[in-house]
Amino acid sequence: MLEVSKLCVDYGTTRVIDDVSFTLARDEILTLVGPTACGKTTILHAIAGLVPIAAGEIRLGRWQASASAAIPPEQRNTGMVFQDFALFPHLTVIENVGFRLKNSAQADRWLQLLGLDDLRHARPATLSGGQKQRVALARTLAHEPALVLLDEPLSNLDAALKDSLRREIREALKAAGTPAVWVTHDQEEALSVGDRLGVLHRGRLEQLADPESCFSRPASRFVASFLGEASFLPGRADGAAVATDLGAVTAAAAVNGEVDILLRPGDLSLAQTADGGNGVIVSAQYEGETWLYRVGLDAGIAVQVRTSHENQLEAGSRVIVEVNTGLPLATFERGG
Amino acid sequence: MVISLLAMLPVLVLFGLLGDSPEFFAARNLDLLADTLSLVFLTVLGALLLGVPLALLTAYVRLPWSRLWLVLLAAPLAMPSYIGAFTFYAAFGPGGEIENLFGLTTPSARGLPGAALVMTLYTYPFVLLTTRAALLSQDASLINAARTLGLSLPRSLWRVALPRAATGMAAGSLLAALYAFSDFGTPAIMGLDTFTRAIYVEYNAFGLEQAAMLSLQLLVIVGLVLFLESRISATPERPGRALAIWPRTWRKALCLAAMAPAVLLAIVLPLAIFSVWLLRDGSGGFEFSLAWNSTLASLLAACAAVALALPVAFAAVGGRLGRLLERVTYLGFGVPGIVMGTALVYIGLQAPFLYQTLGLLVFAYVLRFLPLAVGSIRSAVERLDTSLIDAARVLGAGPGEVLRRVSLPLTLRGMVAGAALVFLEAMRELPATLLLAPTGFETLATYLWRVYEAGYFGRAAVPGLMLILMSGLGLALMLSGERRSALALIEDRRE
Repeated sequence: MLEVSKLCVDYGTTRVIDDVSFTLARDEILTLVGPTACGKTTILHAIAGLVPIAAGEIRLGRWQASASAAIPPEQRNTGMVFQDFALFPHLTVIENVGFRLKNSAQADRWLQLLGLDDLRHARPATLSGGQKQRVALARTLAHEPALVLLDEPLSNLDAALKDSLRREIREALKAAGTPAVWVTHDQEEALSVGDRLGVLHRGRLEQLADPESCFSRPASRFVASFLGEASFLPGRADGAAVATDLGAVTAAAAVNGEVDILLRPGDLSLAQTADGGNGVIVSAQYEGETWLYRVGLDAGIAVQVRTSHENQLEAGSRVIVEVNTGLPLATFERGG
Repeated sequence: MVISLLAMLPVLVLFGLLGDSPEFFAARNLDLLADTLSLVFLTVLGALLLGVPLALLTAYVRLPWSRLWLVLLAAPLAMPSYIGAFTFYAAFGPGGEIENLFGLTTPSARGLPGAALVMTLYTYPFVLLTTRAALLSQDASLINAARTLGLSLPRSLWRVALPRAATGMAAGSLLAALYAFSDFGTPAIMGLDTFTRAIYVEYNAFGLEQAAMLSLQLLVIVGLVLFLESRISATPERPGRALAIWPRTWRKALCLAAMAPAVLLAIVLPLAIFSVWLLRDGSGGFEFSLAWNSTLASLLAACAAVALALPVAFAAVGGRLGRLLERVTYLGFGVPGIVMGTALVYIGLQAPFLYQTLGLLVFAYVLRFLPLAVGSIRSAVERLDTSLIDAARVLGAGPGEVLRRVSLPLTLRGMVAGAALVFLEAMRELPATLLLAPTGFETLATYLWRVYEAGYFGRAAVPGLMLILMSGLGLALMLSGERRSALALIEDRRE
């Protein structure tokens, strides 16, 4: 069980992690997501003891580290999977995986589980990206850490590999029964891989919840925009009912006054009209199975609409846009 | 820290010596300065005239075995110029080897022309390599544009490519000048009174104070050149593909022929002369102890240099103070060998337990060639990814275990390469060895010098060939491992 409370990290005089707190249950996977330089890797390094912390506490099992009482990394019993894999180039696969193991049972087990048996005497330089990633994971898990830290483990791999490895790593972590903190900048990965999701922005934790809540009920406009395409439609709320230019919609929480409603491209539908309608297509982007349209509404705002690939429209066409979801929608105070 | 301070020792000692020195500015010094400057000027001029066309050829013209040609053309850098001076001295002129062999009387290579010729042949690669690098960094589109605007190829090279390679040429020229200022062997053999030769003459006449003052004056000049060099910054170029010219058959032959003279004179001639002597006189008089002495002193120097370079290299990667300390150790490289020798002789006289010992000679080697070891270890340390160290520590290894199991094994190659470079340089070192070697302790290089003084050239065959072999090994070492940075390493040698 990991407990991080009121963690702060400074680089020189700049505070890069500001008052971050969270706890992790016994075999829970927490994903931390955020834009470049939001501090997500720094949190991992702080937990591993690779950077000093300025304030707060980190507690894992039997040890507890604070700004005044640092614990060296080798005494923390954490495992880390590095972005560039960090395999020792002068050692073979089995020597890497068994780096500090007295007997090789665990190393053998993980090599087998991750399908690396044939490569045990290979050098890291001869491995492909996906193989390196598996070796790095095997090395970490074979040392039986109390916590696994993954620093953008898939960012150096091909898109085709990412999907299968994402599942494989998740299964391996669950099989090991070890809690894990998984850092990524890829929002799709963030939504699919973790039991819980933390969204970081400028060193602060903006939201910490299960992935569905983060996506459909984001705590801030930043979270809303970061996790997917977002349009904000102004409206006037009276309790759960909100009146907008596109008709009445239901708010997720009761509010009053001027609000902006969060609309995902899939929440809207559009149809071409000869005349009338409520907007004009500004641009169209083909995505394979779908089209993504940017529509300028006559009311003066822009929204994004995703439709099936059969529905092909030219830029400049007049369209009628409607809200087609029955689910309650997230709202934000105007100007908030 | 201590290691860096040691590197400054020679300079401090020379200042100490100056305290009770005679007049600072003798009239003779003006002559020395004139001779030295003429040599440097002619050397730089020659290096430019030879190096720039060769740079154009090797950079832009696609020729068969271009890699081999480049290595051959750069090879003279790895050879000490006194070998060339020695063979030129013996080969040319009335009664020289060429006349003996072919009955052809050639003008003799002595004095200023001889020294400048030899010096040019062994320093043009500086200009070649720096200019070539500058030319290769230029996008071909500018030259193509000039040609579509109606300029012929030679004229567009002259007006578009070369002006932008000016900083490269300047850097190479300064390196050549530095070499010409600090080299002892060539002017000494050619009988040209430069600072380095005068220092040796003063030393032999027991004028140690005078030698110290000349050394300091030389150091000032060398410092000036180094300063100028540090001011040169390359002009940023838009990245792009360099120009490629595919010559027709007969032009190809012409281009290849243009490269031949430099290689013939700088490498083939010494090899040929030494071989002729070997065939004619046999290995007579060669004592194996010479090679053993050289090897012993160089081996000790290599081990000591690596041991001292390790902390400096790690510190240099670690932080700003470390980089400064590293810079200080580079002082030794700027100090000409003869100056280093003078300074350490003085130390030896003050501390008699050191005088005439092998230890002092090894110390001189270490001071001079420490930067080579630091450089190659540092590049290995730099490649040592910090995430590897983090990974080892997260896996539970303490700092000591990380050093033993990760850092040291990964820097081992750099250590071996550094040791080998120091070893090969020390094997060929002449001036400091002349001054510092214990009486009766002759090395390959000093033996060559004695042979020159005595005039029994034939006896130089074996040591000469061995020295050339050492140079070849040094070059091969620089080229192996990292192909790309190898030539950069050669360029750095005199920095």
